[in-house]
Amino acid sequence: MTPRRLALVASQGTLDRAYPSLILATTAASMGWEAGVFFTFHGLDIIHRERHRRLKVPAVGNPAGPVSVPTLVGAIPGATAAATRMMQRWMGRAGMPPVPEMLEMARGLGTRLLACSTTMGVMGVAEDDLLPGCEIAGAAAFLDYAAGADVQLFT
Amino acid sequence: MTDEHSMTLDCSGLLCPLPVYKAGIALGRMGPGETLELICTDPGSLEDIPAMARQRGDDLLSASGDAARQVFVLRKGGGA
Repeated sequence: MTPRRLALVASQGTLDRAYPSLILATTAASMGWEAGVFFTFHGLDIIHRERHRRLKVPAVGNPAGPVSVPTLVGAIPGATAAATRMMQRWMGRAGMPPVPEMLEMARGLGTRLLACSTTMGVMGVAEDDLLPGCEIAGAAAFLDYAAGADVQLFT
Repeated sequence: MTDEHSMTLDCSGLLCPLPVYKAGIALGRMGPGETLELICTDPGSLEDIPAMARQRGDDLLSASGDAARQVFVLRKGGGA
């Protein structure tokens, strides 16, 4: 029996946007599905060797975020750091693994981490800047993968 | 741990995706027909564990409890 397949697009590189893709991919893989995530534009930070450890929660433009403040107040230095710390505390208290560990879990189950080649070119990200095991893919390659998927989501 | 099951996995206090993740790994290491007793406290597990069993091709032999605590017994299928 051919396993089911999940194809995700992760286009945002904030801490609160990274979790949904990683939770869905890990769950799919745990159920015996194939899972692949296409990390594009700011989403590429999630698989960046350094940046994936420092993803932040934006205080501005995130009205439901942990630090809900008017845009002008959110622009005050430290608001994003406060929102990030607060979310990290919530996740830690709930026993949720941090992003690097979620990535390890996903990779350990065979989840494909696909880095958008255009984003790499635009943002000057080299293959060495990515976590080991990431694959580089263009839009056509990802769509070819997604066309064979049972579930495709833009996270 | 009871003798009647091949393995017991206590996922008390863990939220999605961890119960499914840990159960998936445990089932992956078991042989077809072996049974896993799974204890969960995430209210989402009420639906998640039956869904996982369906998707993996394992049998959900029993499910009891409420939103606060559930006990599932799964029998590993022949596939995954």
